[in-house]
Formats: sequence, structure tokens, C-alpha cells
Amino acid sequence: MSTLTNDLCSLSLVTARDKLRSKEIGVLEFVETYITAVQDARGLNAFITETPELAREQALRSEKKLMHGEGRLLEGIPLGIKDLFCTKGVRTTAGSRILENFIPQYESTVSQNLLDEGAVFLGKTNMDEFAMGSANITSYFGPVISPIRSTEHLEKDLVPGGSSGGSATAVAANIAVAATASDTGGSIRQPASFTGTVGIKPTYGLCSRYGMVAFASSLDQAGPIARNVRDAALMLSVMASYDPKDSTSLNVPRTNYLDALQPSAKGLKIGIPKECFENLSDDLTRVMRGSLDTLSHLGAETVDISLKMLKYALPTYYIIAPAEASSNLARYDGVRYGFRATTADNIQDMYAHTRRLGFGKEVRRRIFIGTYVLSVAGYESYYVMAQKVRQKITQEFEEIFKHVDVIIMPTTTGGAFGLEDGPKMSAVDMYLNDIFTVALNMARLPGISVPGGYTSDGLPLGVQFIGPRLSEQLLFNVSAAFEDAVQIGDATQIKETI
Amino acid sequence: MTNLINGVWEVVIGLEVHAQISSASKLFSGSAVDGDDGANTRVNFFDAGMPGMLPVVNSYCIDQAIRTGFGIHGKINKISVFDRKNYFYPDLPSGYQISQFYYPIVTGGYVDVQVQGEESRINITRIHMEQDAGKNIHDLDPKRSYVDLNRSGIALMEIVSEPDMRSVEQAVTFAKKLHTLVQYLGTCDGNMEKGNFRVDANISVHKPGTPFGTRVEIKNLNSFKFMQNALTYEIGRQIDLIEGGGKIVQETRMYDPVQGVTTTMRDKEDANDYRYFADPDLPPLVLTDERIEAIKRGMPELPDEKRKRFMEEFGLSEYDADILSNDRLVGEFYEAAISSGVFKDRKGAYKLVANWIIGELFAAMKEDSVAIADLQLHPGELANLVALIQDGTISGKIAKTVFEHMWKNPREGARQIVEKMGLKQISDEDVIRPVIQDILARNEALVADFRGGKESVFGFFVGQTMKHFKGQANPEVVNALLNEALK
Repeated sequence: MSTLTNDLCSLSLVTARDKLRSKEIGVLEFVETYITAVQDARGLNAFITETPELAREQALRSEKKLMHGEGRLLEGIPLGIKDLFCTKGVRTTAGSRILENFIPQYESTVSQNLLDEGAVFLGKTNMDEFAMGSANITSYFGPVISPIRSTEHLEKDLVPGGSSGGSATAVAANIAVAATASDTGGSIRQPASFTGTVGIKPTYGLCSRYGMVAFASSLDQAGPIARNVRDAALMLSVMASYDPKDSTSLNVPRTNYLDALQPSAKGLKIGIPKECFENLSDDLTRVMRGSLDTLSHLGAETVDISLKMLKYALPTYYIIAPAEASSNLARYDGVRYGFRATTADNIQDMYAHTRRLGFGKEVRRRIFIGTYVLSVAGYESYYVMAQKVRQKITQEFEEIFKHVDVIIMPTTTGGAFGLEDGPKMSAVDMYLNDIFTVALNMARLPGISVPGGYTSDGLPLGVQFIGPRLSEQLLFNVSAAFEDAVQIGDATQIKETI
Repeated sequence: MTNLINGVWEVVIGLEVHAQISSASKLFSGSAVDGDDGANTRVNFFDAGMPGMLPVVNSYCIDQAIRTGFGIHGKINKISVFDRKNYFYPDLPSGYQISQFYYPIVTGGYVDVQVQGEESRINITRIHMEQDAGKNIHDLDPKRSYVDLNRSGIALMEIVSEPDMRSVEQAVTFAKKLHTLVQYLGTCDGNMEKGNFRVDANISVHKPGTPFGTRVEIKNLNSFKFMQNALTYEIGRQIDLIEGGGKIVQETRMYDPVQGVTTTMRDKEDANDYRYFADPDLPPLVLTDERIEAIKRGMPELPDEKRKRFMEEFGLSEYDADILSNDRLVGEFYEAAISSGVFKDRKGAYKLVANWIIGELFAAMKEDSVAIADLQLHPGELANLVALIQDGTISGKIAKTVFEHMWKNPREGARQIVEKMGLKQISDEDVIRPVIQDILARNEALVADFRGGKESVFGFFVGQTMKHFKGQANPEVVNALLNEALK
């Protein structure tokens, strides 16, 4: 990459938007630079489908708008779109063989909102198959390699986290200004933490699920991954909307979180759940302590709290999410669209062969789990019980938010692990990646992961802020203040905050 | 009701009725319900189970289910939940049917039925809403099957009864009454040929005083005749089997109308585990008191209430009242005629108007295949016709001619037709008497016969007189004058 390219691609979303509006940079050049950057970085496997022609068309449209001073909120900004947002006329695979050649004839509400504000689509980002995974190693289109490397083992490929690993990698590697992602149990926040980016999972229902390939409907929520808090705020402002086509969509007025941003933590009561600070690694202990100090400097008050239900969140999640998934994925049967096995001569075998070949191992595992917990044998003891526990988790958060404004906890239990290590992990060890993230999905609450520091070998660690329902503005305000104070841009600018 | 078969066997029947909700669009998508434009033309992305497509409840269908709930005196649940019923079948695009399993929209209720003069109450367990499936088509190609999703996602109500029926006749009567009711309420068109109203029957036999027998389900009975035959056959089969030392197995059977027998479709072992759970794409359906009350206020008088009122208020026979109350529009037509007519004998008119509707009007409608909703004839004109008979302007016989004309020319009123066609009855004795005298003078031999005791020739004189007046002479006056002249 030339220096100029590097400079253009390192601009934040907000900066790039301003420079495009002031015509300091030209949108065609800007987009072309990104198209080239995407192609140059193919080794990371961040994109499943690149859409350079579409991007160029959109850039031409944006050029006209910008020329007339009519630039919209994301005019000319090249984005990565997670490959579970259906895009009209553009292949949408959800990382699965079963949708390998599926071209939707409709646009998801989230991607339509972005298009309506002038965004440019570079392509569809790689992801764990049907968003099931925490390392982006279950994709039919191969794993994504993180642009982050350990200072100790520079030769070692690391995972970007998952399931939105392609989106996180694209943002961290500067091959997309920002990206859409989705979070069912941590799929935005965990990869953001692993890649040193910012990711927010909004309140359930803030972003429409219309046109988003479903994993677990009661948990799935779209959100952005971006380079900093302000970029994320702008992205979410555009992605979120009330959508009558999604019956679980929240009918709240649209907000521009960036315009309304007031970076501050002053006077806020920040809850510190003791359960999340037990048995942490030295690195994480250091980073979390540093983060608490930063917040104190910013004038926040810390309050010790206890999240007794937290330990039940993960097992409960692994009942509810597979249950819903087993039903949501029943439509991939080879009858109407997508992959169909040709080896069967009756309908039952056609289903069996299609689904055995069309789905990967992890997806099949979760379909089996989900089918069992919904069966007569498992319904009462697993599914119904899990719903009750979910209710308890929700109630516990509600109770705590009567006393604190925001809760802080780590996003992940450590830095990114090696690409080689992922497949060696047991399913349960892999699921433990989500231990700090799933509780929010269960309680439908918003949470944001912001870079908080680094491991001793230079791997990013995220800090997670959790707020009550629809507290996105508050989360952006706290996170922006935190981000400004911590001053972490990239790995070369580490500033310990002890 | 005791209806023991072979003196010992009591029949126990419960019904599940699938009624397609009358609505322009489907339960969860904007696709049209009706249309005749070929396979897979009324299918949108949701109906086809495309990725990321979501259901949005059609609130009109909900209102229709609530109306039906009020129609059976059920309890409308302020909170009900849509569940997914999971199974694989090519006509089920998303791999699950959205239904209401755990918390249906209506619970409880009843329908009173009359069988051989005896009234009994059939309790309703519940009404829930669900999506219909598409159709698999196997006869277009020897090797391939096709799927038509036009029906996929159309709203159904499943009305489930308690096992309260003790005879085939009672079950059929109940089904017919429900059929009438949903049409009356406008919540289902009742078209059984199209499968818009179909019945599943659960049936068992036992000896009174012992627990119920093992039940067998007969699926998809789409005519009352088939229902009657299927139930009758199945009862016989079960009793024969038990009396022959065999055992009933719990299973699903289907009725073959050609052979007149029921055959095994699937047994309990093949039963699917449907893995019902609340559909996470749809929040619980919450109904406000205002909405429920508004629908309640808009409810028409129910057929049973109307029938009783017609008997009390208009002195109609149960038979007439039943016919006039079973169809809302017929009842409305009757009452409109009664209230708009100016009758010489009001009470007499109640019966006369009923007779004219059930007799001439229904016959003409049947003849020309006209539905009550499409009727051109104004009820006020039928009332006028009856009024004209009552005040002697026309005879009952002439009235039929007037009616025929009115039927074909609904814009012309009864009085106008009578005037125009000169059908007014002639009652003036000074006009009729000379004609009678002339007829008698020309038939002296017959007059002699009559006076000699052959009374049958009286009819001949009446006929001749009426012929002269082209049927318009008042028959009472003619009779009186003839009697007078022949004395």
C-alpha cells in the first residue's frame, strides 16, 4: 500500500465524512482506494463476496450528491456488510454452503437504511456459519485471519473472534471504514474486543431483523463494528429504525447519537459485578483496574454489585439459542432455494442429505441440541426452565439498574487465540468465550465493547459497558469519554493507564 | 341422550373444525387469499420461507377469530401466544406452522344443538388461529412432485369441541350449526368443496359407566355426507373389532368416499414430536379491553337468539324461524319487509311474508343461482305484494305472476306492476254478475245437472268465470255470486 492509500484508509468514519463533504478528498478516489485495499487484503479472507462494481456505482451517485452539497449521513463511506444481511441482487450466504448461491430479491432493513444515507457497499463480510461461532472458523468459506498479531509470536495467525469476524477484521485492517455485524450471544462485542475495535449490541428491537438471516430470533440484534466510539454512534444512528415489518421492532424515534454525543462519565454510578472480576488473568486484571481508574479520573463513582444470575446465562443461552435455531434453520430444506443434494430418491432422504451436506458440523450440533430441548423429552426440563432463568436474569439486571447507571465488565476472558488453537478447543471451551457477553442478549440490553488495553503480548482487550434498556446514548457518552481518556488508537500507541 | 348401539355401546365424538378465516390477505403476510391466476402467484417472500422474512399479524384475522369466539359464547383471552409447530413437509416452507398451542385466543364456549326435538349443549374447548399449508401436487409428472404455495399462510381458525357428542346425528348437527354460524358471522365463507371448512373427528366407543374407549381420529371430512358416512362406518368398525375380541389402536384414519370406508393414515408410533414453542418473531398477542368491547358491540344478534325472538315476536313456527334466522341477510330481509310494509292485518303478514320468502323467493333464487347478498329485489316490494294480497287488490295466484315480473324487473314496484299489467283483482259484483248470468244461460244443461245434485260442475262455472276475467276476478266474490245464482 502506498502512503496515500494508507492515509486514506486510516481515516475514521467521521473524519472521512467531513473530508468528503469539504471535497478535501474525492469520493471516487476514496472508494477506489478501498476496493483496492479489499483486494490486497484477500489473504485475511474477510469478505465472502466483493462487490466492486456496486461500490463504484454507488460512489458515482454519492459524487453527485456531494457535488451539490447534499451529502447524506454516510455519503460515499465504504462499508462491509455482514453476510447475513440480505442484499438485493447480491449473494447472501450466512457463511453456509446451503446458501452458497442464494441471491435475495429483497434488501434487509438495516442495509437499506445504510443505502438510504449514501453508504457504499464493498462486499459481504465473512462470518461463522449462521453466526454460530466465536472464532470465525465455522464459515464454509474458510476462516478469517485477524490483522492483529501477538508481539511474542508474530508468525502466528490469530482468530478475529466471531461470529462477525469478517466485519471486525475488515474494520481493524482498514479495508472497510465500518461494518455491520450481528450479535446473538456476543458476536459483535467479542470480535471487537479481539481486534481492538468498537462494537455495540443495541437494545433488542432497536435495529430491524427484517431481511437478516435468523439464528436465534429472540436474541439476534444488529449493530455496527467501527474504529472508534463516534464512528459506531453514527453507524448505529443510521442502522436503527422502527420497522413495521419486524413485529419485535421497538417503536422509538430515531436518534442521531453522534449529534447528541456528550462524552462524559462524570457523576455516573458504575456498577462493578464482583463475579466478573474473580479469577481474571493478570492481563485482564490490569486492564480492568486501569479502566476503573480512568473512569474515576473522569468523575465516575464505582459501586460494587453482584450479578448472581450471571453464571446461569451461558448454559441458558445454549438452550434457548439452539432451540430457536433448530426451528429457524428448518427452512433450509433444499425444496425452494439454496443447496439441494441430488443423491436422494425420496423426500426424507433429500432433506437428510441436503442438510447433512449443506450445514457444517457446528450448525448441525446446535440443531441437534435445539431439537432435543424442544422435544417432549427436553421441553419442560430444559426449554421451559431456561425461559424462567432468562426471566430471572432480566429481573436481576432491572433491579441493579435501579441503583447504578452503567455496569462495567470485561468483554472477553482474554486476547485472541490462535487460528490453529480454535479447532482443538472443545465445544464447551469455545462456548465459554461468550461468558461475559450472553447475559445481555438474554436480558435484551445494550452493551458496547471499547478497547481498554492490551495483553502483555500486545493483544487488544475490550471493556464492556452495559446499560439499561434503550440507554445507547448513555453508553456512547461514557465510552467516548473513556476512549478519549484511554487514548488507544492502535497497537503502536499503547498507553498504559495504571 | 341415550343412543346405545347393540344395546350396550355408547359413542363418544369430539370434533376439530378447521375454518378458513374470511380475509382479503393472509394471516401473517400481505399476499392475497383469493384469485385464480395459477400456481404460486399469491406468494410473497415470507410465504415462501425466504431467509430473514418475518411474520406480521393481520389484525383483521384476529378480529374475525374474536367474532367467532363471541359467536360460541367463548372467553376472549386478552393475551394469547403464537407457537411454532415444527415438522418437515414440502408444502410447509419455513419448516414450521405458526399456530396457537399453549395459549389460544378463545377458550370455552358452547353451541346448543337440537336433535329430534331434544336440545343439548356441546361445549367448545378452544378456538385458535393458525396458518394453512401449501399444496403438494403429484399428478403433473410421473416422477416429480410440485408445490403450490398459494394457500400457504392463509388464516385458519381451529374450533375444538369437547368429546360431548353421543351420536353421529348429533355430531353432524353440531358441525352444520357451526358451519351456519361462521357464515352468519361472516368469519368463514363455509365453502366445503374448496376445503374452507373441514372437520376432523375424534371417535371412540365404550360401555356407559366405563372409561372412554381408545379414540381414533378421522381427518379432513369436507362434506356433511362424508362425515355422516365416515362416522357411521367407523363406529361399526370399532364395535365389530371389540366384539370380535380385537383392540382399538390410537391412530389417524382417513375416509375413502368411494369405498365408504376409513383406512389407516398413520398410527401413534408415527406421530410427530412437533416441538411447540412460542414463536420468537411474534410478541404475545395482547388485546385491549377497548378492542374486545368494540367487536362485542358490533356483534349481530346470534341465530339462536334471533330464532327465539322470531317465534315470540312474530309467532313463527320453529321451522320458519330457524330458516329465517340461520342466514343473517335472510333475517334482515324478513325484518326489513315486515317493518316497511303497511298491512291490513299485521299479524297475518308475519306469516305471509315468511311464506313468500321461504317459498317463492328461495325458489327463484335457487332457479337463477342468486345469493341473498346479490339480491336486487327490495324487501319493501315483497311487503307491498303481501299487502296487495291482504287488501284484496290481487289474488294469491295473481301475486305469483306479479312476483315473477318483479323478480325479473326489480326496479318496478309491486303496485306499479299490477297497474301496468292490469292485474288488479275485480271484486265489483255489478261487473261479475252479468258475466255469470251469461255463462249460466249458455250452459243450461249443466245448470240442470248441478241442481240435480251434481255439485262437481260448480268448478266448471268458476273456471269459465275466471277465464273471462283472465284470472283477475276475486275468487271469493265469484263463489258467492255463483252460489247465489244457482240457488
